[in-house]
Amino acid sequence: MQWIRTILREVYGLFVDDAAFAIAILVWLTIVWLLVKSLHTVASGWIGCLVFFGGLAAILIESTARYSRPRSR
Amino acid sequence: MWTHSGMTILASFLASMVECVEALTVILAVGSVRGWSGVLTGAASAVGVLLAIIAILGRTLTLIPLQLLQGVVGTLLLLFGLRWLRKAILRAAALIPLHDEAAAYAKNTAAMQKLGAVQGWDAIAFGAAFQITMLEGTEVIFIVIAIGAGGAGLLLPASLGALAALVVVTCLGIALHRPLARVPENLLKMVVGVLLSAFGTFWVGEAIGLPWPGHDFAIGALIAGYLVASQVAIVVCRNLREQREVRG
Repeated sequence: MQWIRTILREVYGLFVDDAAFAIAILVWLTIVWLLVKSLHTVASGWIGCLVFFGGLAAILIESTARYSRPRSR
Repeated sequence: MWTHSGMTILASFLASMVECVEALTVILAVGSVRGWSGVLTGAASAVGVLLAIIAILGRTLTLIPLQLLQGVVGTLLLLFGLRWLRKAILRAAALIPLHDEAAAYAKNTAAMQKLGAVQGWDAIAFGAAFQITMLEGTEVIFIVIAIGAGGAGLLLPASLGALAALVVVTCLGIALHRPLARVPENLLKMVVGVLLSAFGTFWVGEAIGLPWPGHDFAIGALIAGYLVASQVAIVVCRNLREQREVRG
């Protein structure tokens, strides 16, 4: 049974390394999904696509920068 | 469609290759110390179990509506791809150490030598090879499903990419008889992270109703976007690390 637990832990680790980073991604996906649903004509154009990608890129840069700062770990 | 299939094969091949190299390192370490029969039986048994899982999951996936599948799988792919990309950025900025296959090989070899001589059926070698193949193989299955489930007919190219990685790494392992220490793992992880993040972003966007300009060609733009973002992140991290070092 120990190896099953190890595999489950490994699978979880596939998706989550830094919990704050994973949560930020999920929150951003939810925000964009709600925006597209409620503001359909405004948010669902190519600007919506750009904002969606921009948010994810910003989360990535912020997370790596946070790791690099002193006394942030 | 060909662009999509080609990208799928490449992403699956590169991501699976990283996992196969990690499994090969442990298998070679165990086999070189304790002999090959137990190790090869263990690895082959795990591959059998993994193939059965693929057969069951593959059939189940065809029953789920594509949009729902794209949403769930795209989210997992984003978490997975961005996690790899984040780690590759931190390694490129020298904030976390590079993965060293030679060191992992030495560590596993030493651990196996401590366990004593082999007598008859080697359960330790079987167990070690079975466990590492199951571990890394489960990751490969997730990669194949995550990459292949995003569009109709992509599961086959994703499986072919993973199979090609397994064949290439196995052949190299047999030829070299030592861990593939010279594989530029961080560069591979950076490329895979960029590809998977681009696929994930595209599929989640489609699932939530965002109309990508240029349809499938938007994946190319997303790849370029993530490459730029990762380079920006590396520069920012290096600057912050240097500032930290100057302050002492």
